[in-house]
Amino acid sequence: MDLGHLIQSIPFDQVLVQTVNGIVTGMILALVASGLTLIFGIMDVVNFAHGELFMLGAYVGVVTLAATGNFWLALVSATLVITLLGALIHVVVLRPLLGRDPLTTILATFGLSLVLQNYALWQFGPVARQIAEPFGGHFQLFYLDYPWYRLLIAGLSGAIIGGLWLFLKYGSYGIWIRATTQDRVMAQAMGIPVPLVLTSVFAIGAGMAAASGVLFGPLVGVNHAMGLDWVLKAFIVVVVGGMGSLGGSIAASIFISLLEAYAALVVSPAQAVIVSFVVLILTLLFRPTGLFVPTPK
Amino acid sequence: MSARQPVVFWTGFAVVVALLTAAPLVLPEFWGRFLTEILIWGLLAMSSDILIGYTGLVSFGHSAFFGLGMYGAAAALISVRPPSLWLALPYGLIAAAAVAAFVAYFATRLRDIYFAITTLIFSQIFYVVIFTWTALTGGENGLTFRRPPLAIPGLFSLRFTPEVMHWFVLAVVVLSYLVLRRITRSPFGMVLQSIRENEARTRAVGYAVERYKMVAVMLSGLFAGLAGVLYALQNQFAAPDFVYFLVSGEAVIYNVIGGIGTLVGPIVGAAFFLLLREGLSRFLTEFYLIPVGIIFIAIVIFLPQGLLGFARRWLNR
Amino acid sequence: MSPAVDASREPLVRVEAIHTYYGKSHILHGVSLEVGHGEVVGLLGRNGVGKSTTLKAIAGLVPPRQGRVLLEGQPISHLPPHKLARLGIGYVPEDRRVFRLLTVMENLRTGLDRHGVTKARKQALLDKVFAYFPVLAERRSQAGGTLSGGEQQMLASARAMMLEPKIILLDEPTEGLMPRMVGQIRQIIEVLHSEQVAVLLVEQNVPLTLEAGQRIYFMEKGEVRHEAPAADLHVGDAVIHQYMGV
Repeated sequence: MDLGHLIQSIPFDQVLVQTVNGIVTGMILALVASGLTLIFGIMDVVNFAHGELFMLGAYVGVVTLAATGNFWLALVSATLVITLLGALIHVVVLRPLLGRDPLTTILATFGLSLVLQNYALWQFGPVARQIAEPFGGHFQLFYLDYPWYRLLIAGLSGAIIGGLWLFLKYGSYGIWIRATTQDRVMAQAMGIPVPLVLTSVFAIGAGMAAASGVLFGPLVGVNHAMGLDWVLKAFIVVVVGGMGSLGGSIAASIFISLLEAYAALVVSPAQAVIVSFVVLILTLLFRPTGLFVPTPK
Repeated sequence: MSARQPVVFWTGFAVVVALLTAAPLVLPEFWGRFLTEILIWGLLAMSSDILIGYTGLVSFGHSAFFGLGMYGAAAALISVRPPSLWLALPYGLIAAAAVAAFVAYFATRLRDIYFAITTLIFSQIFYVVIFTWTALTGGENGLTFRRPPLAIPGLFSLRFTPEVMHWFVLAVVVLSYLVLRRITRSPFGMVLQSIRENEARTRAVGYAVERYKMVAVMLSGLFAGLAGVLYALQNQFAAPDFVYFLVSGEAVIYNVIGGIGTLVGPIVGAAFFLLLREGLSRFLTEFYLIPVGIIFIAIVIFLPQGLLGFARRWLNR
Repeated sequence: MSPAVDASREPLVRVEAIHTYYGKSHILHGVSLEVGHGEVVGLLGRNGVGKSTTLKAIAGLVPPRQGRVLLEGQPISHLPPHKLARLGIGYVPEDRRVFRLLTVMENLRTGLDRHGVTKARKQALLDKVFAYFPVLAERRSQAGGTLSGGEQQMLASARAMMLEPKIILLDEPTEGLMPRMVGQIRQIIEVLHSEQVAVLLVEQNVPLTLEAGQRIYFMEKGEVRHEAPAADLHVGDAVIHQYMGV
């Protein structure tokens, strides 16, 4: 059947539902990707272990939820624990590599991702765990009972990203971080404790990944390999959005998630991921600095 | 490269090759096959070293080259009767070269980090395609086939026993090593190394850096594909798992552990890693990757020259 | 200029025979010099003799492999640059290096936002700096990158002053500025001097250095070769020719 017939045969309300789905997924992807962008943009570190921080956050959420029965407590504790873990990782593994070939951070974080993934496998086993939604309830979205929860996570992701943006723009720490990004040497000469700034940025990025893990938990099962798919997509988003651009990665997240949601109407979800790959290839061919950033002069 | 005397080097080389040739005759079958696998992974790691160690490009795309070499060979062995070794080789190599050309075209415009990520994503693209195109590739289950004979039509025909397989693999790997060694020492190889040292300066001097990088990727891909063909012959199956980027990751690990930029280092690294895995997996079952990962990170931080580099420094005292 | 420094006090900064390397290149071959409290000292020499490197070594940006740097008698060469900034070493590099994407105010805040400084004192510092450099007050919400060269020089100096430093290391402040701006630089140095901030001035501009400085060092090939009070030197002296090669 040709493309015209294909498009016509899809009911309009399905398209709208997928639009909403796309935006929801896009916001979570944006949260994961913005942590990655933060780390890359400020520190020039490609954090291969980012997906594992996401995954471990989800697991901490599972454990806390089982112990306390409170979803919000799980969200907060996961964020705090993984933020600390991020700081620890930076101090132990990444600080010794400051000033060395960027290749080494790729390798070190890759090794880290193997360790963390297998650690999770060891501790929690291969069977997926569940995180229950904090509240049920649906509303009518055309023919579907659409869960409120999905809208909530989209909103929360947006709020967290917004909070991050505000933090960077105002406040002394925001100035320190931005100064360090622009000129690390001069920042030191101005008394800014740059190693501390770098560690905190990494920790913040880790915390954001963990929060995404808990928020997204109820939508999929929590298992040791969940980080891989997300980190791949997050990297695509970061490249397409323009490395180091927060706004760009958010726009790219939503853009790619929407396209994938629409693609899922016609092909299987496993094949829909090809969309993100195609977008990446096209971006690399025509606008390698990023689709959503102004082309540099 | 090191300032070793050629005589010492070639003597050592001859000794090692002799030992490896004799090995399957003395070792129990399991270890004999294990050694053959080390050689194959060593070849993959060596191909990756061309990019990492000599051109300064970290690539996670080798699983695509390796996997397609594997599938290419599978295609030849399944679709053409009687199965011919001399068809499997070119099928596999051409498939790998095509993929390498594709990756090379896109990725070589990018610098370090972007290159690494993009090659990783390309691996995954091929993984998804192979995984979902079940009709062509057997999807998740992969393809199985029989080994062809080691034959030159009209002259002789040998069955591929484990020993014969081992010697064939050894011959291919040794030949590849010699070829790569020659290439890395040639003017071309020197340009690659100069790109690794200082790309801007190399460009300023007038070299078409992108073209050199593309050739490097294709060369690397070719030998990775060759490793894939050998693997297919050795194990008689092809599966999508081998196209997953983790395989590239392992090749990178072998490189770093053994010592990048040495060609021999990656083979040593492969041997070290595989032996460690074999040993640890007896005690720790699936979680051997935890201590291995920690060792890997420690080597990246403390022994950036890899085991070989460390040994060299230690010997030079 | 103000009266000569009391030579019996321990100098503010003492550099003792430092050697630095860049990879395998040996850049500083045992540089020694002193700057007294509140003193303005000039460091002259041709391009490439190691003047900037000397400043960087004092600021902690290029740790010396041999030799020591002492601040008020305490060795500091092993400390990271951000600690040295807190201890009172201000650094104004060649080409200013203001934070281009931060506003003027934010640039100043990188030095102003420190622990243990009361709001009142911060405001007093800002008022003082804006009084000396009214142009910065006007442009306080503008991005650093949009300022002219002379204004950036003012911003870079004001920014260093926010640290309330004991010494400011000025690296070729007139570089890239139009000749009529040299007077502005002279003013900046006077402002610093009146605040009892010591200045170590690296320059190619001999007249400015001789006017503003109290003591002059001359460097050649990574070493300090000569020292003289500024009062004894005049533009056109043989010694100037020797070390500046003009």
